[in-house]
Order: sequence, then structure tokens, then C-alpha cells
Amino acid sequence: MTLTFLFFSILSILAIASAIVTIATKYPIKSAMALVVHFFMLSGLYLTLNAQFIAVLQILVYAGAIMVLVIFVIMLLNLGDEEKLKQAFQTKQFAAILLSVMFAILIISTFISTMNFRQFNPELSISAGTVEALSKELFSNFLFPIVAIGILLTTAIIGAIVLAKRKLD
Amino acid sequence: MLQSIPLEYYLIISALLFSIGTIGVLTRRNAIIIFMSIEIMLNSVNLALIAFSSFFGESSGQVFVFFVMSVAAAEAAIGLAIILALFRSKKTVYVDEVNLLKW
Repeated sequence: MTLTFLFFSILSILAIASAIVTIATKYPIKSAMALVVHFFMLSGLYLTLNAQFIAVLQILVYAGAIMVLVIFVIMLLNLGDEEKLKQAFQTKQFAAILLSVMFAILIISTFISTMNFRQFNPELSISAGTVEALSKELFSNFLFPIVAIGILLTTAIIGAIVLAKRKLD
Repeated sequence: MLQSIPLEYYLIISALLFSIGTIGVLTRRNAIIIFMSIEIMLNSVNLALIAFSSFFGESSGQVFVFFVMSVAAAEAAIGLAIILALFRSKKTVYVDEVNLLKW
């Protein structure tokens, strides 16, 4: 039981717990707060994998930008809880949970049966996760995709403005 | 001391998180919480990509994570705008009350 393993277990347990709170709680704002915790825990998991740049980006983009947007919309809509729409625990929902659990078992059994235990090479992963290595890859092999991402983001901004506008004229 | 965690552990965590996201999408009726569950699913895929990238020493997996993040940001902007427009026209965000396209 090394220190890294301890960190890994704490981070992953908290990540799973906050994900469960996100989908299970009644109030949308509580679920958003749990999701922020989830994003921070995932960022810590990325750090145990030596992906420093993506870990910073995770906090900046998800916990910063996207969650602000989500909380803004929750406040704008001023929703109550789901109590007034509460129905009995339906067979449909039970079927959905059963299906998802079966799906999880399927993926995990595939992972376990097909992978041989691969040894982690710290030097290799440290060189892979730096900003230098990432930007070298990004602006040489992935030059066209990054331009396409720029076009996509511009389109998304225009689309969001058009959709959220009260009236089109 | 990074050798102690095998790749499988990360993949199992990723699979569990993806399934939790699936449960959220399938059982919740609030469109905003469905949206957050989709974010959980996207993040679980990111975790798997980073685990593979880190264990194989390849940067391209993390470049893919970068792309997934930008697509998620675009999706967040568009999705929340759609939820706003929906609330404006139907006065609800519960997906079972929205049956405009239901045949």
C-alpha cells in the first residue's frame, strides 16, 4: 500500500461517490455542486497519471467555464425540486438501472479478460503529459483538427446566441 | 512510486463512472441533470483515454482529450441554450412533459 495507491483510492472513491450524488439528488443545484467535486477528483486522478496539462485544463474548462454556465441556467430557470412530479419507482427506471449495471459488468469483464497487466513506466508518461509534448503533437499531427475545433466553437457561439435570443428578426 | 497502480484500475473506474452517467441519463427527467450526466460520461471516457495515453507514453491520447473537452464546451453552450429556449416555450425542463415530436 503505497502513498500513490492511497491517493488513487481516495480520489476514485470520492469521484464515484460525487457522481452518484450528482445523479441521485433531488435539487439541481446540489447536483451541480457534486459535479464540481467530481471534476476536481478527476483532475487529481489525471495528476496520478502524470497528465498535468489536462488536469489544469479540466479545472479551467469544466469546473470553471461549463459549471458556471450550468449554475447560471439553474438560477435563471428558478426550478424547484422534483417532488411535485414524484412518481412511484417505475419498472422503466428499474430496467434502466439493470441495463446500466449489466453494461458496466460487460465493459469491466472485457477489460479484465483482454488486458495483460501492463507495467507503468513513469519516465514515458512524464514526457507524454507535458505542455511541450502535447503542443508539439497538437500543432503538427493534429493541425487540421484544431482548426476544425476553432470553427466548431465559433459555430457553437453563434448557435447559442441564436437559440437563446428572445425573438429573431 | 507510480508503478503500483495497474491500468485496469483506471479502466474499471472509467467504466463505473460511464455506467453511473448512463443511469442518470435514463432515469432522471430534469433536462439539466441529464445534461450533467452526459458530462460525467464524457469525463469517464477522458479518464480512459488519459490512462491509455499515459501507460503507452503517447501524447496523442491527451490530444484527443483536448478535443473531447472542446466538443463538451460547445455542447454545453448549445445544450443549455436549447434548455432555455425549451423553458421559454413550454415552461418546463422535465423531458417527459415535452412531447412535441412524439408520434
